[in-house]
Amino acid sequence: MKKMQSNTNQRNEWSLGNRIKRSKASYIMLAPYFILFFFFTVLPVLISVGLSFTSFNVLEPPKFILWDNYIRLFLDDDIFKIAIKNTLIFAVITGPISYFMCLLFAWIINEFKGKTRALLTLIFYAPSISGNAYVVWNLILSGDRYGFLNGFLLKISWINEAIMWMRIEKYILPMLIVVQLWLSLGTGFLTFIAGLQTVDKTLYEAGAVDGVKNRWQELWYITLPSMKPQLMFGAVMQITQAFAVADISIQLAGNPSVNYAGTTIVTHLLDYGSIRYEMGYASAIATLLFLMMVGANKLTQRVLRKVGN
Amino acid sequence: MARDYMKPKRHLFRRKHQLNRSMAGNASLFVFMGICAVFMALPLVMVINNAFKPLDELFKYPPTIIVRHPSTDNFNDLLTLMSNSWVPFARYILNTIIITGGGTLGHVIFASLAAYPLAKHDFPGKKFLFSIVVLSLMFSYQVTQIPNYLIISKLGINNTYFAVILPAFAYGLGLYLMKQFIEQIPDSLIESARLDGASEYKVWWTIIMPNVKPAWLTLAVLQFQSMWGNTGSTFLRDEQLKPLQYALQQIVNGGPARQGAGAVVTLIIAAVPITFFIICQSSIIETMTTSGMKE
Repeated sequence: MKKMQSNTNQRNEWSLGNRIKRSKASYIMLAPYFILFFFFTVLPVLISVGLSFTSFNVLEPPKFILWDNYIRLFLDDDIFKIAIKNTLIFAVITGPISYFMCLLFAWIINEFKGKTRALLTLIFYAPSISGNAYVVWNLILSGDRYGFLNGFLLKISWINEAIMWMRIEKYILPMLIVVQLWLSLGTGFLTFIAGLQTVDKTLYEAGAVDGVKNRWQELWYITLPSMKPQLMFGAVMQITQAFAVADISIQLAGNPSVNYAGTTIVTHLLDYGSIRYEMGYASAIATLLFLMMVGANKLTQRVLRKVGN
Repeated sequence: MARDYMKPKRHLFRRKHQLNRSMAGNASLFVFMGICAVFMALPLVMVINNAFKPLDELFKYPPTIIVRHPSTDNFNDLLTLMSNSWVPFARYILNTIIITGGGTLGHVIFASLAAYPLAKHDFPGKKFLFSIVVLSLMFSYQVTQIPNYLIISKLGINNTYFAVILPAFAYGLGLYLMKQFIEQIPDSLIESARLDGASEYKVWWTIIMPNVKPAWLTLAVLQFQSMWGNTGSTFLRDEQLKPLQYALQQIVNGGPARQGAGAVVTLIIAAVPITFFIICQSSIIETMTTSGMKE
């Protein structure tokens, strides 16, 4: 066994050098992109991990302090605990819900044709590309009776006096989740729309012959299995997005928000990174965020691989 | 639909999408879709209406969604504020064109150039390179923000356009989408070009690029949108280099008296990428149906 392996290794080595030489054209084509990719994506992750073991304020050179940042994060930083809790609530709720929203709306939109279909796609996709238009939710959720939500609820006598949506702890997170869902039909949604178009139409006819009776069976037995690659990709988009919530929290609930009810890992990271200039500490937060995002994604991929199997 | 019911054969072969669809199901989905569409559209409808509301309507009780007496006062206010700006406004617009245009164009070219060998060539390290790109999709830019700042400072491109444009060339998403699309191009097409003596660059430019038009349009839409949202505040210190987005937001920050102008700014910032998407959406659908890439 061992001998055989070394034999193949030798042969591989010989051919590896050759193959690299023969692939010169490929490498040249890859180079421009991957050199930049290395500098602006790979290297930063490595640096972030490295800095997380240091105390660093940009002005003085980083000082190596081993696990101190992480110990401080988990033992002394009560706000970080709230941030983790909030981020997980956010991710666990908005991740799956936004994923199914993307899929459901794309699937329904796929039933329409021509102009209606284009218009519906636009209506659902537009919020995610409307820049900072979500600040309009400030007017909707405004705490006085001038707020649209308060105005509406007062009018139908659901409430008797205006509610300060973004100042009362128990409302902050749920309201932010609603806004986040409104914003979340982005790349994943577009992918599903495109994916649904590529499903082989003859499969539906074959399925009908095999006893598929309604649209739900069709969806489960034919459509979803045929668009598995898009399902996996969409999941990555929605999960990463769900963990990265920060801007809407800062814009709508403020930073810091009342009793830190809107604090997320990213707002905490921004607090230390761009306000307090504790770069080592912020890097530790960034590294943990990295691990959480990648971990959640890998886990989901594993689950999704089972769709239709 | 009733006609289909009477001619079941025709329904099977000519109107394929009607298979397995009940009237009741269609109706309830239509209603559900309508309600959701209203929820999705309402905030943006408000954005549009606010831009045309005179000041007294912006602060009216009870608040109204639809503008009663539309006026262009807010637009005039914004124009006045713009003409009073310290740096001529045309300069901000030029900066934005350079940043979004350069970032989008460079990204589409670099990503598709790298995606072609990843999709169609066989070389050592191919799987590894692609797997780190996929990994990069799994975390957001905030993770790398601090080191990125340090790297850009070290490279000496801080406070230049490059600080914003160069990182944008190498976003992971574009390469990923491009590679997936290029994989669908039949190998026979590439082979026949090679037999005609075309170099790999020529294959890329004359065979691959025209065939993946939907993909690079999609890339352009996504990239444009992320470049447009970039205020460049971290890297661009000179007022002369800042993009439109930054200048507009400065105007809004001028206080409550500028709420009218601010409403217009929000509308402009939202309308540009949406318009871009509308233009590209129709051509994406068009190219999707005519590209004939399915074998």
